[in-house]
Amino acid sequence: MSSPMLLATAGHVGEGFFRERNLENLPCQARESELFCWHWATQNIGRYGTPTVQHLEIVVLSVLIGFVVAFALALFAHRSRWLQPPLLAATGVLYTIPSIAFFFLLLPVTGLGRDTAIIVLAAYTLQIIYRNTLLGLANVPASVKDAARGMGFTRRQILWRIELPLAVPEIIAGLRVAVVSTIAIATLVVFISAGGLGTEMYGANLTFPTSIIIATTIVVLMALGFDLVLLTAQRLVTPWRRAAAR
Amino acid sequence: MTHPLFASFSGAIEFIFTPQESNVTGGKKVGGFDKSLELVLRHLEVTLLALALAVIIALPIGLYLGHRGKGELLAVGIGNAGRAIPELAVIALVATLIGVGLKTITPALAILGIAPIIVNAYVGVRQVDPAAVDAARGMGMSELKIIRKVELPLAMPTVMGGVRGAAIVIIATATIAPLAGVETLGDFIINKNVYGENGLLAGAILVALLALTIEGLLALLQRSLTSDGLKLKTG
Repeated sequence: MSSPMLLATAGHVGEGFFRERNLENLPCQARESELFCWHWATQNIGRYGTPTVQHLEIVVLSVLIGFVVAFALALFAHRSRWLQPPLLAATGVLYTIPSIAFFFLLLPVTGLGRDTAIIVLAAYTLQIIYRNTLLGLANVPASVKDAARGMGFTRRQILWRIELPLAVPEIIAGLRVAVVSTIAIATLVVFISAGGLGTEMYGANLTFPTSIIIATTIVVLMALGFDLVLLTAQRLVTPWRRAAAR
Repeated sequence: MTHPLFASFSGAIEFIFTPQESNVTGGKKVGGFDKSLELVLRHLEVTLLALALAVIIALPIGLYLGHRGKGELLAVGIGNAGRAIPELAVIALVATLIGVGLKTITPALAILGIAPIIVNAYVGVRQVDPAAVDAARGMGMSELKIIRKVELPLAMPTVMGGVRGAAIVIIATATIAPLAGVETLGDFIINKNVYGENGLLAGAILVALLALTIEGLLALLQRSLTSDGLKLKTG
């Protein structure tokens, strides 16, 4: 009922800012007040392919970079405890800056496009991955480490063969949160012309519920899929947990 | 000869304090301190309204679920689903289906804040020592009083963690509220044709500062709401 009003607003505010949509593909909602146009959806489902792939690429790259950085920071902080409070504060500040503000703060440095998107999204994943990795390492019982030391393990061997494997559940829990929230936030990279599924949620010429609903469904399914994959991976790499549960 | 990066940021800071020429307003100057302050206050207003609404709805649900010890799947499910919902979709859907303006966008923003508050309230209450609850029950406290006087104070740090998470999401999403007819600091960012590059960057700087300030204030509030006994325990 109020979509004409929004169309007017969108036309005014979005000029040249969003990807232009195809006007010849006017959906039923432009004419009738329907919640979801099945007809339009079946005919146009192909247009979601490229944005979905772009979305996936951005998410995977961001989380990978975020993971490498956060994991390294956690290892440093695990060894040198004095680093923990400043690193927690620094990653917390990055996490607090709203994504759109973050995109445009980087604009004079890295410009429009995918690089800026990936830097910002990677920065967001730092805190949760860093915190969970550190938590996982801290939760390893001292007795286990003592036993390893008694068996002649070096410090490095204890870290890689005892502490990190035992910290896997917490590390993966952090990764799951990071991936799921990155998939959702990545819709906002449309504002810096970095593509992704956000392009199908908001456009300069046309905003209508069917496309928003389809794009949102893809985003939620993607999040669910990644979550399941990570959960399965965790079960596979920590077989002793299942044995203990029995 | 100044570095272009320095020029961008100094231009943005100038925009915040003194009105600038614009290409599209026909000689009328845009930006400046009064406009910036107005938008900061608007942004703050929308954020606080939505956050208050989210707390009023989510806190009782989270505390109740935690107190009953039931609905773990529900609480965790809400938390996971909440993270997966794209903010842009919520704003765009509410705007197209229900309508634009403060009355529809405030509840939409509140919805985004509900999930973290429910989850943290639930987890916080579940972590309360059952012995403390039993002792309170033995002293004849009613269930409602146990929640208010025992579980909520002991769960306060975790509960406030949820409120802070909600505040972050709401401030961030309020930035795109101008797309749905609600004036916030996002105006500087989204109406780039009016405010220009300087306005864009000024908006980003102001939103970031506002978010960090609110987050800092909530952290202070968390400290003052946490009982001294708990502070001793956690160091």
